[in-house]
Amino acid sequence: MDHYYNAKDLARFSEIGEEAGPLWQKFNAWYTAVFAGGALSEREKALIALGVAHAVQCPYCIDAYTESCLENGADTEQMTEAVHVASAIRGGASLVHGVQMRNKAKQLGM
Amino acid sequence: MGRVLPTLQKQHAPLASGAEQRATLATVPLARSFKEALAQSSLYPLRATGVDILQINVGKKCNQTCRHCHVDAGPDRTEMMPRDVMEKCLEVLATTDIPTVDITGGAPELHPDFRELVARSHAIGKHVMDRCNLTILLLPNYSDLPEFFAEHQVEVICSLPHYRAKQTDSQRGEGVFDESIEALHRLNAVGYGKPDSGLVVNLVMNPVGAFLPGNQASLEREWKRELKHRHGIVFNNLYTITNLPISRFLEWLEESDNLEGYMTRLVNAFNPGAAQGVMCRNTLSVGWDGQLYDCDFNQMLELGLAGDGPRSIMDFDIAQIRHREIVVGPHCFACTAGAGSSCGGATVT
Repeated sequence: MDHYYNAKDLARFSEIGEEAGPLWQKFNAWYTAVFAGGALSEREKALIALGVAHAVQCPYCIDAYTESCLENGADTEQMTEAVHVASAIRGGASLVHGVQMRNKAKQLGM
Repeated sequence: MGRVLPTLQKQHAPLASGAEQRATLATVPLARSFKEALAQSSLYPLRATGVDILQINVGKKCNQTCRHCHVDAGPDRTEMMPRDVMEKCLEVLATTDIPTVDITGGAPELHPDFRELVARSHAIGKHVMDRCNLTILLLPNYSDLPEFFAEHQVEVICSLPHYRAKQTDSQRGEGVFDESIEALHRLNAVGYGKPDSGLVVNLVMNPVGAFLPGNQASLEREWKRELKHRHGIVFNNLYTITNLPISRFLEWLEESDNLEGYMTRLVNAFNPGAAQGVMCRNTLSVGWDGQLYDCDFNQMLELGLAGDGPRSIMDFDIAQIRHREIVVGPHCFACTAGAGSSCGGATVT
């Protein structure tokens, strides 16, 4: 194995259930229910998932939810905006800690 | 209308031939064959359950050259159903209890006898469906079609891959979206899609790329909201149809290096419930030259009916056709993936 990520491994996701079948089945049932249409549409959920996939930087999730967004009628303009939302939260999350930095600096400074 | 491309036939491309398409599909490594998938679901051999729909392909001429077209239709195609074949189709309809006529092409409205086929089918009590590309309704000599459709209670099934222009024009040609919206306004103006009008207009969406369509009910809700909000358009149902890996879509899959991945996706998504309800089980497809097929896709792959029964509508015999064995191949995985796919959209709810 000369690299950590292989696109074909996504199709092998269910192998993780081989050592813990009941847990995998519970995860699978819950996961399927989460993405079913409800108060949010399947397209909206796919766009949220795509944003989160970028925030957690999971290449499998990015592949999977790019396809899911397209299947559910989203276009690349909408998907790009979803990635910007994820990026803005990541960037903002770093930046807002600047207040903590300023608090500590103020405490330590004269 | 903007882009019109030469067809595969005009380019003398190898994939213009059904045999070459079948040979190309045969090179794709699959985890199991379609026959094996059917057998593992106790559905092999797949048999017809009857003939509820006579789907008549009146010709390959079209005013558009969509990139995914399974017919390789376009302005340069000249195949048109001859008069004697059309008369025989009408005779079959008149002498059987087949309730529905599904007229397709190309752009079927371009056939000089299209209106006669519709009018006479309606006059003998058949339900008539027309597979319309929408832009045809804006051409000179065709702008009165909405009124004609309404007069004959034609169910109009229109292609529109997305409610936004970018995807629609990408698949169907530059400017097609705006013309399609105008055509839908004209259909709405005569009552199509309006409550209590009895006039039905359904939209068909094919994915614009190498992926499956999403949940049909969910997409329909969104399309109704967006088309109403953006353009004031109403329609009855949205049908999601999976792209078949044949003809121009097959060419694109090969060129974009998506063929194996797409076929794998289709095979992995095989749904026995969808296989149970495939459209070929209650449809009979007639080619422009009268040859008979299990579906319009088999027609384009030049896969005629199996067995000792009639090969042409000219030798039609319902008894030999009603429960025929369906001819299948790897392309059939497109109709059985996920929620299934047919000319009436998803087959599993």
